[in-house]
Amino acid sequence: MIPVIIIGLGVIMLAAAIAAVYFKSLLASIISAGVISLLASVIYLILGSPDVAMTEASIGSGLTTVIFLFALHRVRKGKSDD
Amino acid sequence: MIRNMAVLLAVIGLVAMFLPMVTDFQERENLNELAADYVEGSINDLNTPNVVTSVIVTYRGLDTLGEVTVLFLATVGVGLLLKGRKEDMIRISSSELLGTTSSVLVAMIMILGIYIFTHGHLTPGGGFQGGVVIASGFLLMLLSNVNVKMNHSIMHFVESFSGVAYVGIGVAGLVLAIGFLNPGILPLGRFGELFSAGAIPVIYSLIGLKVGSELTSILVTMGGEK
Repeated sequence: MIPVIIIGLGVIMLAAAIAAVYFKSLLASIISAGVISLLASVIYLILGSPDVAMTEASIGSGLTTVIFLFALHRVRKGKSDD
Repeated sequence: MIRNMAVLLAVIGLVAMFLPMVTDFQERENLNELAADYVEGSINDLNTPNVVTSVIVTYRGLDTLGEVTVLFLATVGVGLLLKGRKEDMIRISSSELLGTTSSVLVAMIMILGIYIFTHGHLTPGGGFQGGVVIASGFLLMLLSNVNVKMNHSIMHFVESFSGVAYVGIGVAGLVLAIGFLNPGILPLGRFGELFSAGAIPVIYSLIGLKVGSELTSILVTMGGEK
């Protein structure tokens, strides 16, 4: 059962990664990249390493997404000034 | 066409390179010598139930010091690159719902972060995770309250104090115990209690404070404030 769950999560991660490249909207790409980290942390938890799972969930899907959003906002603002 | 073929060849080469990792993989029945040594030493010598923490803080303590240094340099880099660009962020006042919820939630998130890094030697988690949780609490504060002002001098003081104290504990280990960053400078206490495992909780709390203040200052710089 566990290998099936892990493979399923891996397939969703791959789909999210490909979607992140092909999305027209940068916002959707950033959210999609955050989803990859969130699913990776679930896989770490299933494989029995809660420490890594916590790091991945908080840094990978939380903080990095927010920092990307801030950077996107700054870049858009810089463009509209010119 | 030629470009697509080249990409295909590169992918096939990569698969061929990584294929032995999948085909030759076999699950180990028991730990290898080094890992067994770490697991036994963590429980017998260091009184630390969480083996991951004892490896990160003690056995690979120098690597962790390097990691903290890398994070510090990243924070300095962000601050330097975005210096003098103090334009406003989205100055829309937050909704009633977000404001009210955050006034309850911020304190709870902070307490969770402090719990995570003080109990790093007992439960999963530690300084880095707890620090990020604290930074996310500050982020919620920034997003919900438009007029919030961060006291930069306190943040910088916490950051530099925890960094200096971390290195100081390391040097104290060199003088009083076996070696650099050895937690034996404080009594080991009873197995599984909060005040046990020597200096490990102290070191992890300092790392938690340092990571939390650094990431908060990155968020404040990136988000821009008045």
